Amino acid sequence: MTTSAQPDWSTGRVLATAPVAADVQRITIQRPARGRAAPGSHLDVRVPVGDTTDVRSYSIVESDDDGSQLTISVLRVPQSRGGSAFMHTLVPGDELPVTQPLQNFPLSVAAARHVLLAGGIGITAVAAMAQALRRAGDDYTLVYAGRSRERMAYLDELAGLHGDRLVVHIDAEQTPLDVAELVGSIGRHPRSGATELYMCGPIRLMDAVRRAWESAALPLVNLRYETFGSSGWFQPEEFVVTIPERAVEATVRSDETILGALTRAGIDLMYDCRKGECGLCLLDVEAVDGALDHRDVFLSTTQKADGRTISTCVSRVVAREGSPNGPRVSLTLP
Amino acid sequence: MADLMPSGKVTAKIFPHPLNAWYAVAWDHEVTGKALMSRTVAGRPMALYRTRDGRPVALADACWHRLAPLSMGKLVGDDEVQCPYHGLRYNSAGRCTAMPAQETVNPSAMVPSYPTVERYRYVWVWPGDSTLADPDLIPDMHQMDHPEWAGDGLTIHAPCNYQLILDNLMDLTHEEFVHGSSIGQEELSESEFRTRLESDGSVTVERWMLDVEPPPFWRKNIRDRFPDFEGRVDRWQIIHYYAPSTICIDVGVAPAGTGAPEGDRSHGVNGYVMNTITPETDRTSHYFWAFMRNYRLDSQLITTQLRESVRNVFAEDEAMLAAQQAAIDANPDHEFYSLNIDAGGMWVRRILDRMLEAEDRAPVRSAAGSAVGSAP
Ligand code: FES
Ligand SMILES: [Fe+2]
Repeated sequence: MTTSAQPDWSTGRVLATAPVAADVQRITIQRPARGRAAPGSHLDVRVPVGDTTDVRSYSIVESDDDGSQLTISVLRVPQSRGGSAFMHTLVPGDELPVTQPLQNFPLSVAAARHVLLAGGIGITAVAAMAQALRRAGDDYTLVYAGRSRERMAYLDELAGLHGDRLVVHIDAEQTPLDVAELVGSIGRHPRSGATELYMCGPIRLMDAVRRAWESAALPLVNLRYETFGSSGWFQPEEFVVTIPERAVEATVRSDETILGALTRAGIDLMYDCRKGECGLCLLDVEAVDGALDHRDVFLSTTQKADGRTISTCVSRVVAREGSPNGPRVSLTLP
Repeated sequence: MADLMPSGKVTAKIFPHPLNAWYAVAWDHEVTGKALMSRTVAGRPMALYRTRDGRPVALADACWHRLAPLSMGKLVGDDEVQCPYHGLRYNSAGRCTAMPAQETVNPSAMVPSYPTVERYRYVWVWPGDSTLADPDLIPDMHQMDHPEWAGDGLTIHAPCNYQLILDNLMDLTHEEFVHGSSIGQEELSESEFRTRLESDGSVTVERWMLDVEPPPFWRKNIRDRFPDFEGRVDRWQIIHYYAPSTICIDVGVAPAGTGAPEGDRSHGVNGYVMNTITPETDRTSHYFWAFMRNYRLDSQLITTQLRESVRNVFAEDEAMLAAQQAAIDANPDHEFYSLNIDAGGMWVRRILDRMLEAEDRAPVRSAAGSAVGSAP
């Protein structure tokens, strides 16, 4: 239904692959049926990264009726250490571990009005929502922003499906998205209080929308976004974490978390969601050399600006310009 | 539809229920803006209330956090519910709006908000895929609140699978044996009946008993309208089934030979027995019924008398249904077999089976050959 279940891993088999935009590969995977995947749900897949494996989450763009054939679309990230690059090597017949559809971004048709906002590859998270709202005959608008037409997956298909309800913004064509105008128009609508905005895209875009939403005094609960905890303000870098009271020092590689590095170093920490949502993994910051890159949704804007505490399952440290030392942070245990 | 289905495919004893359907969850007056109430529909516990502007809401009755029942909580603000355990709040769309001891709200936190519609004196909910909930699919029960009809009804919490109640209502031959003292009469099992699938997908079972003695219930009714009435009547029962589980029965009597079978009912009395059955679990049901009439609309006395007599009649059904369910459970190796009188009930089963196929939840035949309900 609408809440996320525990991941249930099984072997997925690649049925078809095809490029759908520059650097974007559409991949259809077969797995045991679990019922039609709900709009907003995603698959976790296990991918080789270096000499180990890691988990990546990809939104489900299409599902068949019984949920045995699920289509995702993967953007190749240039700095990828292997996740998206590996996904682009898949060919029909390949197998990889996948979960059942997991839900972190449920659509509520109970809202009176819906605006769906996709930035670039974020279209994968809202395409199925638009389809469901269209089928239900609900009031919705799909706003799709991208850098250039070649980089925007599914553009023609969406135009055919949604007609006037699709609004496209393309930087290269001098029709960029104006966030203030978009949020302003929602605020001016007679049903502004009952309008939900669902967004998926680069963190800078989502942050701009969030600020505009707050200053327009729209209900925060109506601003819906997914929190894979995977995108921050900065590229992930390697940094050092220390726990002075235990005399522990560990290196946090760019593909792991503080929580992971400290656990490897033998420190037993409490955590649950590992997505920056529950706040169980918070530690206090004693000193930081560099800047904190808060990637959680648990701490408020004020708490993040204070910088006294950090969500160790997703947040990171990056080097500050002109600082001679590498980035480091020392934390205190509760 | 090339292939015939195997015999017995739809005679599952514990029939699964479609999820993509409207079910009556409560009478309109039961759902209030003062307190929450809990009711389970199709295996889904729901917390029911009204927003300040009067809209009925059905949230899943389990907090996102640790699943405490929201129905034990309280209503706050214009449209919110506060969990009784740790105080999390949800709006009518099911979104969490407040969490204790933190400055933010986890954006993942929500409970399902089931689509609701208020119509025909009932609140209806759609327990399945909410993107398919089209209010036009609510069955026609207009007699419930139409100015040309008056009456009232009650709810039976029936200890049986919902399909047994549909079987009961689709074959009124049982009146002769179960309701002998009120509405039963011999002619019921002697008279002919016609069963047909209509082009709109509904099913009709029509039975006329011509020139018969009116049973006590109908003698009283016709005398309420025509105090001097004496003699024999033409009696009709026209059963209309609307998927998944609503049955409206057009019933009445008119003095024998005054033209009722040909369409002139003006010399008689006409009632509608309104039934809508909501599966609660596999073995329990909420049975909402009412008896509506189109004469002496302003008599509250008649409204109450009719409601009370039908209540007594339906208590006889309830006892039979409870005993039947107990016997089904006590005889797991025995199957259902069908009679000619089951035509209506068998159409209902086939229609439900198709709805369930579409949801991939149809009853399946086990290796031993018996039909069993599939897991929900
Ligand atoms: S484990 Fe939940 S916020 Fe880090
Ligand atoms: Fe009966």
